[in-house]
Amino acid sequence: MTSAHSKLYSDDVSLVVVVVDTNPFFWAAAALPFADFFAHLIHFVNSILLLNHLNRVVVIAAGVSSCAYILDSSDVSPSGGVGVSDTFDRASRKAEEFIAQDARATAGNGSVASANAASLLSGALSLALCYIQRIFRSGTRHPQPRILCLQGSPDRPEQYVAVMNSIFSAQRSMVPIDSCIVGTQDSAFLQQASYITGGVYLKPQELNGLFQYLAAVFATDLHSRAFLRLPKTLGVDFRASCFCHKKTIDMGYVCSVCLSIFCKNQKKCSTCGSEFSRVMPDLNSMPDQSK
Amino acid sequence: MGSMTIGAKYKTTIKDPGTAGILRMNDDRFTFTPNDPRSAMKFNVDFRTIKGHKFNKVEGNKAALLNLSKEDKAGGYIFEFDNVGNRDLCRDFVVASAALEQLSAAEVERRVKLLREDSELQKLHKKFVLGNILQESEFWATRKNLLDDEANKRSKQRPGFKNALVDIKPTTDGRTNKVTFQITPEMIHQIFAEKPAVRRAYLDFVPKKMSETRFWEKYCRAEYLVRTKNTAAATAEAAGDEELAIFLKNDDIVAKESKMKIKRVDPTLDMEADTGDDYIHLPDHGIHRYGNKETVDADSDLARRTLSQDLNRHAAVVLEGRSLDVESTDPKTSAEALVRSKKEPPSTSIVDDANHERLVKVARMTEIEDLQAPRSLPYAPLCIKDPREYFDSQQANALRSLGGSNAGRKARTCSLSTEEAFHHLMDQMSSIKVNKLNCPIIQSDMALKVLNELNEGISHSRRLNLKNPQEGLLGQLPQHTRDELMDHWTAIQELLWHFWSSYPITSAVLYNKVQRVKEAMTQIYQKLQLIKESAQPDVRHEISRLVKPMTQALDAAFNHDLEQQQKSSKTGNRHNGF
Repeated sequence: MTSAHSKLYSDDVSLVVVVVDTNPFFWAAAALPFADFFAHLIHFVNSILLLNHLNRVVVIAAGVSSCAYILDSSDVSPSGGVGVSDTFDRASRKAEEFIAQDARATAGNGSVASANAASLLSGALSLALCYIQRIFRSGTRHPQPRILCLQGSPDRPEQYVAVMNSIFSAQRSMVPIDSCIVGTQDSAFLQQASYITGGVYLKPQELNGLFQYLAAVFATDLHSRAFLRLPKTLGVDFRASCFCHKKTIDMGYVCSVCLSIFCKNQKKCSTCGSEFSRVMPDLNSMPDQSK
Repeated sequence: MGSMTIGAKYKTTIKDPGTAGILRMNDDRFTFTPNDPRSAMKFNVDFRTIKGHKFNKVEGNKAALLNLSKEDKAGGYIFEFDNVGNRDLCRDFVVASAALEQLSAAEVERRVKLLREDSELQKLHKKFVLGNILQESEFWATRKNLLDDEANKRSKQRPGFKNALVDIKPTTDGRTNKVTFQITPEMIHQIFAEKPAVRRAYLDFVPKKMSETRFWEKYCRAEYLVRTKNTAAATAEAAGDEELAIFLKNDDIVAKESKMKIKRVDPTLDMEADTGDDYIHLPDHGIHRYGNKETVDADSDLARRTLSQDLNRHAAVVLEGRSLDVESTDPKTSAEALVRSKKEPPSTSIVDDANHERLVKVARMTEIEDLQAPRSLPYAPLCIKDPREYFDSQQANALRSLGGSNAGRKARTCSLSTEEAFHHLMDQMSSIKVNKLNCPIIQSDMALKVLNELNEGISHSRRLNLKNPQEGLLGQLPQHTRDELMDHWTAIQELLWHFWSSYPITSAVLYNKVQRVKEAMTQIYQKLQLIKESAQPDVRHEISRLVKPMTQALDAAFNHDLEQQQKSSKTGNRHNGF
């Protein structure tokens, strides 16, 4: 999906913002060890940087209580080197710091339940979109941005509203969101994100070959995607979660003013405040004939 | 069809408390006699003057009203009833009375035209109305918007004047000195419209002072003189012949009209350069007309019509449009008609009643009807996304429910506490640092496996997504079966519409209608069963899939009717007219 800015810069220069799930609860039980995953990731980042010398990569870690930038390839490293090991050093150092900080934040915040904790996908997406906006405003010559989400933790319905908002703003800025699921369940949020923004959704079968998946599917820039046949998802799970209890629902009530979704009939919409004054009559009862 | 007598109150407006009295309805008229013999509110009205009826929805304490509107919307008769039942009785009587069904010829024509153009509609009409299942009024009740569209399509545009200026070009034959002019009635009409002074002269002189040919001779002579720029001869002849002078002078009627217009600060754009602009007087300058350049001669009082003045006048008249039809070829009648149509502006002083001026101005306006938007509100169906995409995207969910491609990975729940989990993660990070990056990151056979899997996945999804409309469900059926099923489907929809809209049954009319509709539905039901049974074995499955929703809808309708009957038999005879 080419953005409107492609005319202003060389076609195949890309900015990839990688959102990495660093939920420790997920990685503790994951089939692929985090160390291997991180290695695959770093190799992938380097291969993107090899494709074009103007390419840029930004890695954002989505933790349990916070998100942070792990790597920005346009940063000049303190030692001055630009090689693979250099990237690796910087990234791993920053990642460690982040994990430690996240641990502290989570320990301090007692309200996070352990096994059900989710990564802050919405926060990370917001960070990514803000960075991309900054790139857009930096002038007419900028790379074409896209977002790649490496997600493992399951979706949390509490994040539904925030994630959908980020997805819509990505759609509006014409930023495709690619998703690669390294966990066990499909993610409805990311399916919808890729579907709406025109990105690629993939759930690899062989996690040991993760690098090959990433390089074959996600490394190409947006311009070249027009000539490639990339994996297409068969279906999208369009279920929403209700705004009141954050449960995933198939059927519910929708406010006709702001389109917020509720699982139970309510008197007043909590988002926009409009009143639903007509109470629907019970459809099975007969209307009174005698008057 | 009978008559009806009922007590009601007649109201002149909704707010009026109303005069109580007796309302009697017959086949062709209704009368109202007030209880109070002294009241003047009695009347006797023919149903033919009633063109429609309106009734309100009764909720709570509101009164039941029935409004019978008159033909030219000049008001109606509003009756208030004690209860809804009475009001509904009256309403049904009015509806059923044949008088209201008198349609204007235009309406009938529209219906016929619609039927002619839409063969589907015609088929439905034939099946139901001519088969005595539905009545005309019921059939057309939902199709009002179609009829309205039809009515608005009729073009109201009349042909206007020609765009070119009336140029009476003479023909000469090279030998003699004669010049021949040809004037057609069309040209005459246009001349009269553009030059009111000539029109006035015509009305005055012909046939009293001179014959028509003479008149036109003089007119043509004047035109010729102007055209050939023979100002000396023109002045001479004008001095001698006063009629000719009229043609050569400036059109004073037009001048008066313009003055009035300017007084009213009318935004008229006069494109003529004023005399301060010397440009026209210079030699070799001027606008081409009559074959040579036109110059303005400021001295002479004749022949001062410039091309721009003529064009302005011509444009104004063309835009005004033709106020009469061209069929009348007699110049006299057309001249008189034009005079009648243009009212002379009153010669008033500058202090005018603003309202009066506006009224006069409005009286001279011509509404350009074909530039106005159509009266009916257009509606646009709301469509957000192609609904077929939704079903395509649900294929995965369908596959998943059959036990799809997710097998192979089991979710392992984490039983560590927060601290332990983070600790584990930190260990992992440290182990990376120790091991550095192992090369190669991935083994070649693993890479090959991944690529093969990707290829397979992509071709698989391509196969599934490839859609060929010819091979859809309907495409597999033979043509006649398909047509038959489609016909049945449209018929069922129409019948179901009428069936469901008749509930709750409150009158005998509705009851009869429901019976008729039910009978038709039963017949179609039997036909569908027949189709299902006689289907060829290879398409039997598809046919039954198609027929299933139709039979389901019919079943739902029959069940509902059965329930209704059971309920009504349980509660006894409480309904009107059963």
